[in-house]
Amino acid sequence: MGKYLQTADTDWYKQRLIRVMLCVAGAFFILLLRLFYLQVVQGQELRRLSENNCIRLQSTDASRGMIFDRNGILLVDNRPAFDLSIILKDAKPVDRTIEKLAKLIEVPVSELMKKIEHNKGILSYKPILLKQDIGRDALAAVDVRKFDLPGIVVNVKPRRHYIKRQSAAHLIGYLSEISSDELKSGKHPECKGGDFIGKFGVEKVFERFLKGKQGGRQVEVNVMGQVVKVLKTVDALPGQNIYLTIDYILQKKAEALLEGAAGAVVAMDPETGDILVMASSPSFDQNAFVDGMSHKQWESLISNPLRPMANKAVQGEYPPASTFKIVTAIAGLEEGVIDENTTMHCPGYYKYGNRIYRCWRRGGHGSVDIVKALSQSCDVFFYQVGQKLGVDRLAFYAKACGLGSATGINLDDEAEGLIPTSAWKKRRTGISWQGGETLSVAIGQGYDLSTPLQMLVLTSALANGGTGYKPLILKSVKTVDGDIVIQSKRQIIGRLPAGKKTLAIVKKGLWEVVNSPKGTGRIAHIKGIDISGKTGTAQVVGRTNDPHLSEKDIPDHFKDHAWFVSYAPSVDPQIAVAVLVEHGGHGSTAAAPIAREIIRTYLEKDEYVRQLKAEISKQ
Amino acid sequence: MFDRRFVKYFDWGLLGLTFLIGILGLVTLYSAVTSATPTPQKTLYFKQMIWYCAGMTGMVLSFLVNYKSLYRWAPAIYVVCILLLIYVLIMGKYVGGARRWLVLGPISIQPSELVKIAVIISLARYYSKFSDTRGFTLRELFTPLILTAIPFILIVKQPDLGTAMVVVLIAGFMTVFVKIERRSFLCIVSACTITGPLVWFLLKGYQKKRILTFINPDRDPLGAGYHIIQSKIAIGSGMIFGKGYLKGTQNALSFLPEQHTDFIFSVLAEEWGFVGSVVMLFLFLMLIIWGLNIAYRCRDPFGTILAVGITAMMFWQIFINIGMAMGLMPIVGVTLPFISYGGSSIVSIMVCVGLLMSISMRRFLFE
Repeated sequence: MGKYLQTADTDWYKQRLIRVMLCVAGAFFILLLRLFYLQVVQGQELRRLSENNCIRLQSTDASRGMIFDRNGILLVDNRPAFDLSIILKDAKPVDRTIEKLAKLIEVPVSELMKKIEHNKGILSYKPILLKQDIGRDALAAVDVRKFDLPGIVVNVKPRRHYIKRQSAAHLIGYLSEISSDELKSGKHPECKGGDFIGKFGVEKVFERFLKGKQGGRQVEVNVMGQVVKVLKTVDALPGQNIYLTIDYILQKKAEALLEGAAGAVVAMDPETGDILVMASSPSFDQNAFVDGMSHKQWESLISNPLRPMANKAVQGEYPPASTFKIVTAIAGLEEGVIDENTTMHCPGYYKYGNRIYRCWRRGGHGSVDIVKALSQSCDVFFYQVGQKLGVDRLAFYAKACGLGSATGINLDDEAEGLIPTSAWKKRRTGISWQGGETLSVAIGQGYDLSTPLQMLVLTSALANGGTGYKPLILKSVKTVDGDIVIQSKRQIIGRLPAGKKTLAIVKKGLWEVVNSPKGTGRIAHIKGIDISGKTGTAQVVGRTNDPHLSEKDIPDHFKDHAWFVSYAPSVDPQIAVAVLVEHGGHGSTAAAPIAREIIRTYLEKDEYVRQLKAEISKQ
Repeated sequence: MFDRRFVKYFDWGLLGLTFLIGILGLVTLYSAVTSATPTPQKTLYFKQMIWYCAGMTGMVLSFLVNYKSLYRWAPAIYVVCILLLIYVLIMGKYVGGARRWLVLGPISIQPSELVKIAVIISLARYYSKFSDTRGFTLRELFTPLILTAIPFILIVKQPDLGTAMVVVLIAGFMTVFVKIERRSFLCIVSACTITGPLVWFLLKGYQKKRILTFINPDRDPLGAGYHIIQSKIAIGSGMIFGKGYLKGTQNALSFLPEQHTDFIFSVLAEEWGFVGSVVMLFLFLMLIIWGLNIAYRCRDPFGTILAVGITAMMFWQIFINIGMAMGLMPIVGVTLPFISYGGSSIVSIMVCVGLLMSISMRRFLFE
């Protein structure tokens, strides 16, 4: 211990405490001075400001990001809308003001009063929304007489506008007023009642890019509630623009082709996973959600048996039917159950146990090998392949091909489909797997379920030599100034469980589907473009299997679902398309022509460029 | 066990002062919770009364405890409080974007309020053990730094920046009181001046912005800046004699945010004016001087430093809360002792008063 090191004693502490007391007194003196300044020096002025609660906040909405297609065709933007609100505190007498206003904008007084009644608990200096989106005429009328209408405020708000009516509605989604549940959920901390948020599709998934940031003003108002001075302004930050991967020219074509039917068309660039088309029919009008729809309109939308609100491309689960034979073929070849030379005889049926399993072609296909079985979609051939594989080996391949699980597309509520295994059935129903069920599963019937998107990803992988890419809907996000914020990159999600040789055999089969004289999809053949594909005709559960009933006598809702999956050109493919038409009948007649036309539109470049130019010049 | 000297040496003055401030607090809170439209929250007022009863119990208990035994118990108290803080971070109730509350049946408590007392006791123990007139060197300050940093980080994580800051400020107050050795002090000051700009340089744009907004709420005119303006209008509009009890318009129209907790002083100042506010300030000043006087008269270093720490906590909360309401300080959620609504805050401040009483009385007792 040094010589100046002394234990602190009571006196030493006392000395320091005196200083502490002085410091504390000094701090309180500062508070006192400030209090004096506010209450005595500035008291008069601050009392004046408090009397009318003059200083208020007004929010300004950020304009939401726009949405474009991959070529920069504008799909969604904003238009200005004028909203009328009333601030009760300023609008005295309220009754007379409302009467005058009602006359000007031609709305019954009772309707306006109802809005006020509805917001009874609200603070009197907060605006109550009376009428949204008044027309320009009403706006002019109100503006001229604004001094006669105390407490009435007009706000300009950007309003969402879906330019291409009903086009890609399921993919883009819509905006709608935030619900009280969503407000309470805490997921939208910056929102308040009356704000619009994305509720579905891209609008919801990419809300964080599109939204922007609200701005506002601190203003001083007079007794009438009119702004006399803007104290401070914070500019709203506009949302970022989104470029989708879809190609509007193709999208439009797909929607026209699906017109009047229920179904879905999805197309993808097999080399990148970019979704070029995502159409689901019937569609709906997104603008109706922004403008607010009546209960009745909503009811009719959701009770429509054709399910316009469902995105059938990702949410619709259907038996993949004969398109599943691609999987069965891969499994059979890879497992050595068959090879390219294996032939079987198809008499038009296959007897398993004491049941008869029919081929779709009553007369049979005669002697078939794998390529012919694919091109003519011989059921009997695949029954036997399936039987030799067993359900669990088949399921292993199906799952490896991406079926039975979500593709991971960036959209809500993607369906997973279903690939049954014997364990699954036992767990689910308590009954053991029956050998006959394997036969149904091998041709994509029975428990098998898949979405059009899953079949598309599988087809694309087959087309590009085996790589499964994640289906992308977002191409890029850019700021208002055009700087790139995000640029999507292709992502591998899987690889087909098939060697080169297997792929070549299956691809040959698919080529013959379209290009051999007896192929089930020859209707998709076009001169000059080399298309490969696979048809599918999915039986609808509940339908009576009466062989005497001819095709046109079957009621519509018992008709088969029509599938066609395809890609083109067969070498170095640029596009893969999956088409599903609900109750469309045969895949060859209902689905294949749609795929053909989309491929034609995309690959006949001169015509494509002409249409694209026309569309861009319209903007 | 009961001793007649308890009555004789009891600090009646402190009790009277506490009661006076407590009653004023309840009166102000009544105005803050009842005149607010559209939803008066009268239940809060009755809850606060119940908390006061609980607080009184806490006060009596902590007064009965011989504060000297806290010296021995300090590490245990500290560890328990830190564990509570960790527990609340993991299992606490999530309210308004922060995890601060520990739910025990019908009541919820904020462990961060208790931690303040634990830090005070632990630092008092350390400083009283090693204190000398030369002051503490950097190396000797390492332990107090750790003792403060652990709860600070845990509270920041909740996040509750206000309380975290108060913990640091209390520790700072106590450390300066026991003196920092001159050379070490210079080291600390120069280290801060050098690293300060360096850290600033390393911060990202939005972080800088957040700090600037924190220091100067005017930069956020739609949020904190707006609240400050409304609070200043409320206080200023009280003028000299106030608008009268229950007649504050800023309060009634809910222009004030958190008018029953963080901005309760504005309610008081609006309704009672300069005269009322000065009385309130004076009572607070009296309380703090009283606490320091207890430290002054205590003959035991541990008691002295403990009393200083408790008083420091009262001082900082009063100074920050009132300074914030008047636009002198950044906006942080710090309660005004005795006045703001809040169970944990009331109970912990009453426990502190009980400890002060304990120190005050026991200077006469030889045990």
